[in-house]
Amino acid sequence: MITRRKFLKNTIAGIAGLALPAAGAEIVSPRKLFAARNDTISGPNVRWAFLVDTYKCVGCGLCVKACKLENEVPYDANVTRTWVERYVLTKDGRIHADSPKGARDGFTTSKIDLGEGRFHDIKKEDIDKAFFVPKLCNQCENPPCVQVCPVGATYQTADGVVLVDRKWCIGCGYCIMACPYGVRFFHPVYHVAEKCTFCYHRITKGLKTACVQACPFGARMVGNIKDPNDPVSRIIRTERVSVLKDEYGTRPQVYYLGISREVI
Amino acid sequence: MYVHGEAWTIKELFVLPNEYIYWSIQIVMYPFMTGLVAGAFVLSSLYHVFGIKQLKEMARFALVFSFALLPVAMLPLQMHLQQPQRGIEVFMTPHFTSAIAAFGIVFSTYGAIVASEIWFVYRKHLVRTALALRNRANKRISEKIQSLIFNALTLGVYDISERALHQDEKAVKVLAGIGIPVACFLHGYAGFIFGSVKANALWMTPLMPVIFIMSAIVSGIALCMLTYIVVMEIRKFLAARKNAARLTHQTKEEIKGIEINVIKMTAKYLLFFLIFAISLELLDLIFRGYTAVKTWDILRSVIYGKDFTDIFILQYGVGNLLPFILFLLPGLTVRRTLIGVILVLFGVFMMRWNVVIGGQSFSLTFAGFMHYHLPIIPDSIETFKEGLFGALLVFATPFVLFWILNKVFPVFGIEESH
Amino acid sequence: MKSHVWRPAFVVLALIVLILIVRAFYVSKDFGIWERGYMYGFHRKSNEDEWKAFTVKYKSAEYCKDCHSDKYSSIMQTPHAVIQCENCHGPALDHPSDPPKLTVDKRRELCLRCHYPLPYPTSGRANIRGIDPEKHNPGIECVMCHNPHKPSLEGMK
Repeated sequence: MITRRKFLKNTIAGIAGLALPAAGAEIVSPRKLFAARNDTISGPNVRWAFLVDTYKCVGCGLCVKACKLENEVPYDANVTRTWVERYVLTKDGRIHADSPKGARDGFTTSKIDLGEGRFHDIKKEDIDKAFFVPKLCNQCENPPCVQVCPVGATYQTADGVVLVDRKWCIGCGYCIMACPYGVRFFHPVYHVAEKCTFCYHRITKGLKTACVQACPFGARMVGNIKDPNDPVSRIIRTERVSVLKDEYGTRPQVYYLGISREVI
Repeated sequence: MYVHGEAWTIKELFVLPNEYIYWSIQIVMYPFMTGLVAGAFVLSSLYHVFGIKQLKEMARFALVFSFALLPVAMLPLQMHLQQPQRGIEVFMTPHFTSAIAAFGIVFSTYGAIVASEIWFVYRKHLVRTALALRNRANKRISEKIQSLIFNALTLGVYDISERALHQDEKAVKVLAGIGIPVACFLHGYAGFIFGSVKANALWMTPLMPVIFIMSAIVSGIALCMLTYIVVMEIRKFLAARKNAARLTHQTKEEIKGIEINVIKMTAKYLLFFLIFAISLELLDLIFRGYTAVKTWDILRSVIYGKDFTDIFILQYGVGNLLPFILFLLPGLTVRRTLIGVILVLFGVFMMRWNVVIGGQSFSLTFAGFMHYHLPIIPDSIETFKEGLFGALLVFATPFVLFWILNKVFPVFGIEESH
Repeated sequence: MKSHVWRPAFVVLALIVLILIVRAFYVSKDFGIWERGYMYGFHRKSNEDEWKAFTVKYKSAEYCKDCHSDKYSSIMQTPHAVIQCENCHGPALDHPSDPPKLTVDKRRELCLRCHYPLPYPTSGRANIRGIDPEKHNPGIECVMCHNPHKPSLEGMK
């Protein structure tokens, strides 16, 4: 009796003794904590970035359609990885904006969607300026969504893309709350956090993202910001570009041409 | 297939396609219940640490109740998860840059402290019961189980000598002392979860954790008073019925005397923390209006427009001002206290509601609104979990747990172990 | 120290050990701190490969042009050259093996994505010719009269 108890005791202590330091070290290893904080300069020479030319966008929404089909986001669900917004600024100084169904079907009416089934028609003569703004995940350099994930289910890859581990996400929604751009949502089928991946399965094979490929007008471009000869990289360096909501310190990596101050 | 949030969100004007009210009633319940835990514990510690004798009767009660509330602080979080079965991952791969990851650690630490404190407070009772049960001959099955439970709960220590009990007393004091900052931290970080979300204009303020702690203590004291009154009424009722019975040691009048004294004392602390909580909340509001940064336009239309009734009538008026008057009027009675504490609890609940739901009632575009419609009829798992019945389940659980705990750790009618 | 006061601490220690043991079995071996540090790079490494292995569905006109060279070269002469085949024909996937046949979207709404007139100054949309769908032959598919591969008026059927 005593020997058996002793045996059990030793076994448990043995397993614990082996598992404890290994597991403990895994949780907090100072060396790993402080290493690789700024490895973007010294690290791999790929950093994906995106460029949107809002002058070129016509609001056809073919990018949204392609994205949903390519990335298996249920077509009729009212969530989307990318969407297009319409801004109409009228002579009375008002801003009218909408994005019905994320512009999955484009904009086929001049009426602005006010929600709750109400619409507001704007006459051609009243318009000062009007334009479309495609939106997608900014793949921030300092992604607040990743910072707040309690379990390490969302993360940034070495080449700067923020992904979600569908097998590990607990579905708390904190990342959705933390994103200032509203790009995250719960996947209607898998019920885990879902977001634009810059079509990671495509760009890592040398393909364009589905939305870039689908755009007939070249309003969307994806490229490697670390490659000086990359067209996207060149435009970002040599032209006047802006980003969205930089006051949040997120350092977004989707750059815009021709954006107006009304765009949020 | 369903889009989470679509069942209860109505969008108005320019709202982004992926925006819904993702954090709904359970996330209102979460800080509310956590607040009750923290508040109850702080109340019990006022006696154990600072030796406020008048709270003696309330202290043990508050401690056990705090323990009963503890699992319930976790329950709403668990219920709002889209993958509840993976909740354990917070312990497995905690990511400490997230305020929620701290939950696993802080919550467990706090749980360990409360459990240990209860163990020390009740050790004498546990040992006596365990020994009595062990020595009883011809035990029935239920008694055998009872015996097993009590013997396990002694953790193998049967020493109830004067010296040992003195050590218990010291341990309780130390634990209660550590417990106060941990309880405040537990709830303060619940405030941090919201206050640190920079994307949310209403939530982001460094005052949020402090506001949460103060209102937590308020609600915790209020709930303890409420439950205390209810329990005392039942005891009075029992005392009146079986005056001569062996179950009760006190007469109805004795109980009544104790009751009103304890209540008056506790009410003072309630008022003190209430004033503190309101001051902070008003400071926050005034500061936002005065600095009027970019987001103030949309916040103002929410605070003074869409949510005016919820904030100024229900929260500040019915939930704060009214009980304030009730408590301050001379000649406090039990009935008036009862109404007062219920209103205070309601006020704190509305404060959580206005923070959690209010913070999601406007769009990231600052040009649109979202309206929350609490699902009442549970026609799916989703609308049950995050609907009225899910919330009621969370609210009812601590009372059931308290009833069970009371069988092992009787709150009333045992000798003091220290 | 032989005092009974430490008993609860032992229970707590036992629980911590238990959690760490469970962790050793439950958590994937490649879960850890990767390139982007603890704040942004704490994850299961193999998940990156899972995302890379996601199926590519849109293959681009390059994929179509060898077999459908006639269609490809004809549309290339027109303003519709900028439109990818798959925008109307649907994602190719592994066509022709899977799926053997693609479904063309012939609805009016598809054409209206660009050809509903929205004369928005500063937007490319203003330069595209449009029709009022309520007045221009309502109820009839555009392809009844217009050849999308030859959209000019000469290409009218």
